[in-house]
Amino acid sequence: MATILELSAVKAFYGQSEVLHGIDLTVEEGGMTVLLGANGAGKTTTLRAICAMVRTEGQIVFAGRPLQRCTTEQVAGLGIAHVPEGRGTFIGLTVEENLRLGAYTATGRPQGNMEVMYGFFPILAQRRRQQAGALSGGEQQMLAIARALMMSPRLLVLDEPSFGLAPRVVESIFTIVERIRREQKVSVLLVEQNASLALELADRAYLLETGYVVTSGSARALADDPQIRRSYLGY
Amino acid sequence: MSGGQSKSSTASWQWLGGVVLIVLAMALPFALSSYHVFELTQVMIYAIAVLGLNILTGYNGQISLGHGGFFAAGAYTAAILMHRYGVPYWATLAPAALICFALGVLFGLPALRFEGPYLALVTLAMAVAMPQLLKYFGTWTGGNQGIVLTKPVPPAAIGLDRDRWLYFLVLIVLLLAMRVAANLLNGRTGRAFVAIRDHPIAAAAMGINTARYKTLAFGTSTLFTGVAGALAAIVIGFVAPESFTLFLSLSFLVGSAVGGIATIGGAIVGGFFIVFVPNLANEISDAAPWAIYGLAMLLFMYVMPRGVIGTAEALGPSLTRAAQRFRTAPSANKSEWKT
Amino acid sequence: MHQLLQQIFSGLAAGAIYASLALALVMIYRATDLVNFAQGEMAMFSTYIAWTLVNAGFPFWGAFVITLFASFVGGMAIERIVIRPVENAPILTAVVVTIGLLLIFNALAGWIYSYTLQEFPSPFPDRILFGALMTTRDVGVIVVTLVMLAALFFFFRFTPTGLAMRAAAQNPESAQLCGIHVGRMLALGWGFAAAIGAVAGIMVAPVLFLDPHMMSGVLLYAFTGALLGGITSPVGAVIGGLLVGVTENLVGTYLIASQLKLTVALLLIILVLVFRPNGLFGTAIVRRV
Repeated sequence: MATILELSAVKAFYGQSEVLHGIDLTVEEGGMTVLLGANGAGKTTTLRAICAMVRTEGQIVFAGRPLQRCTTEQVAGLGIAHVPEGRGTFIGLTVEENLRLGAYTATGRPQGNMEVMYGFFPILAQRRRQQAGALSGGEQQMLAIARALMMSPRLLVLDEPSFGLAPRVVESIFTIVERIRREQKVSVLLVEQNASLALELADRAYLLETGYVVTSGSARALADDPQIRRSYLGY
Repeated sequence: MSGGQSKSSTASWQWLGGVVLIVLAMALPFALSSYHVFELTQVMIYAIAVLGLNILTGYNGQISLGHGGFFAAGAYTAAILMHRYGVPYWATLAPAALICFALGVLFGLPALRFEGPYLALVTLAMAVAMPQLLKYFGTWTGGNQGIVLTKPVPPAAIGLDRDRWLYFLVLIVLLLAMRVAANLLNGRTGRAFVAIRDHPIAAAAMGINTARYKTLAFGTSTLFTGVAGALAAIVIGFVAPESFTLFLSLSFLVGSAVGGIATIGGAIVGGFFIVFVPNLANEISDAAPWAIYGLAMLLFMYVMPRGVIGTAEALGPSLTRAAQRFRTAPSANKSEWKT
Repeated sequence: MHQLLQQIFSGLAAGAIYASLALALVMIYRATDLVNFAQGEMAMFSTYIAWTLVNAGFPFWGAFVITLFASFVGGMAIERIVIRPVENAPILTAVVVTIGLLLIFNALAGWIYSYTLQEFPSPFPDRILFGALMTTRDVGVIVVTLVMLAALFFFFRFTPTGLAMRAAAQNPESAQLCGIHVGRMLALGWGFAAAIGAVAGIMVAPVLFLDPHMMSGVLLYAFTGALLGGITSPVGAVIGGLLVGVTENLVGTYLIASQLKLTVALLLIILVLVFRPNGLFGTAIVRRV
């Protein structure tokens, strides 16, 4: 399978501190890669590095195109949809306006249809004219994902989508994400604390610790390894 | 260990620099013309005023667009005491200080409810109201015409002429003000001020009485600026509402920013900026001098966003480290032993 | 009673101008967290441009439209060139930059056009309506302001760029992730604000007469109105501006003569703020621990 995203020896810096020390990472086209690790391991920083939100060194290549000199807006324009930690919802705007913003950059690609989104997430259709800030956590997460999908992205980057959500809600969200990946042929890069669920769905997995990749491989292999399960995944 | 070395060497450089400046300040009036001495006196007066603003806005984070009003309050207090009640000039400083402190506390109490641009508006009202009030209560303040004062007579024993005597008087007050400010700001109160500025919720959670300190900051700040105003009345010999407009408040703010808002030394730089740059601007272009003044403000802010002293303080450690690399090994070892 | 209505109405007309400038201030504040002290002088300078065009023979409304475009472009340029370097600097640094800009515009206007008061043509015939209740001029100013507000409302509510600008002001990081060039949105915001200021200047010039100090009082009232309404609320800016206009007029007529008018008006408004420290429609500055 082709690789849609590749990170080579990527270092990231907050000010003078180096927080990522040479990360190698790939996402297969149409596949799902998951980044695991404890708090502070550098998972979110890796995602931010891809979207040019932190200073980086090293190579980041997306669909054959190097991203080093791109700004965050340009990265989005190339077809990477990033749902940040905390969802990044425009809480002062309506649900519908949030979705329209998602489509802002969709030039040269078929525009994500709002109706399709409402099909995936019927609850959003009900609340389409409400202020996004009034939605529950789970609904906001769905809105954030829908907003990302409106740009018909080639790569969907999700930062802890299960954060603060009830297990049932998490399950439904993951089901939808998996469905979207299969039907819309969107590649997914996922950061998750909820390791067991993520490993069930992903193809590849990377385990980060204080800015280094300590283990990588197929998701199956990591899930089956009892050492890793006990040390990092808690079961 | 090298940290200890740099701290003590920074401190000794600062001390040396301070001594040099004071000696220079004492020698200058004898080398310059009376007019230049008068200008330098004005610089020092504005420095005291800006220092007051630094305490409030720089160290405590409460913005004030109204310090021109407090400057006026101090000036008119001194003027009225001298003109109406025959109080000798040097005795007007204490009452001006007290009255302006009280005014500041009175102002600071309702100001507790406001933040950011809202506080700016409330203080702006002070700056705008002051000239209007001064004109309105004409019987006390001399209305539009203001009050003309007799200039002080220097004590015969000292043998200085008036301009130089006033220069030294103001210099003494400035040094005193800086000493008081330094003691205040480097101590517990100062730390409380800064804590409130940076993390008011955390500060309150740690048991700092935010309301009391914020009000204290206001009162202290207006005390300094009020004393500066009183000195201005004494030195210039004239007060009128037109001297204390909103533009004066804005000038203080600019002086504060140019020198370094959360510094003590920056106030002196600010004083120089406020007095000399408009004059320089006049020489560069007599058609649009204020445009040059405005341009100077822009340039200073672009090059040194934290002000002259603020930028110097930030660079200090790196300069000291650079200087250390030229030290020979033996002295470096000696300092290691010390620490 | 008749006088009261008269004063209220002319207060509304003055208030419409304060409302416009207040809206410009709020627009910039929402985008850049900065009060643009130079907004009034920029508006004054725009008015001089209109004046120059009219004197050169352009019809009034033609000059009006050209001035709006020129101000828009000028506002964008100022954001890019003058404000951009201090966007991430401490707030006070940016404030001083706007003060410097204020001085530069004022001095430039004085230098190019001199400080003499100039007459500025009014596009509205000077007639009295409804039995001396209001003048056509006042009605005209209010109508122009309403049209402008409607156009802005339409733009921000229903166009993609308007939506993008609102998004960029609210949550710049998320906006970037949607592919929105936040920097461009900021520049547009300053452009709009400058154009709105130009409208305010042109509307007020026939009454106040054109000189480089024309807008300083207006800016003060606009600033007050913006805060009264809540510095983060465009609706608040408009209502605040109108209220300030009416208050100023009523205070001047019924309470106290011109010397203390400004002081009393300000005090009344600050009294309101004591009860609503974030303005009538403003949102509290949320403090995250």
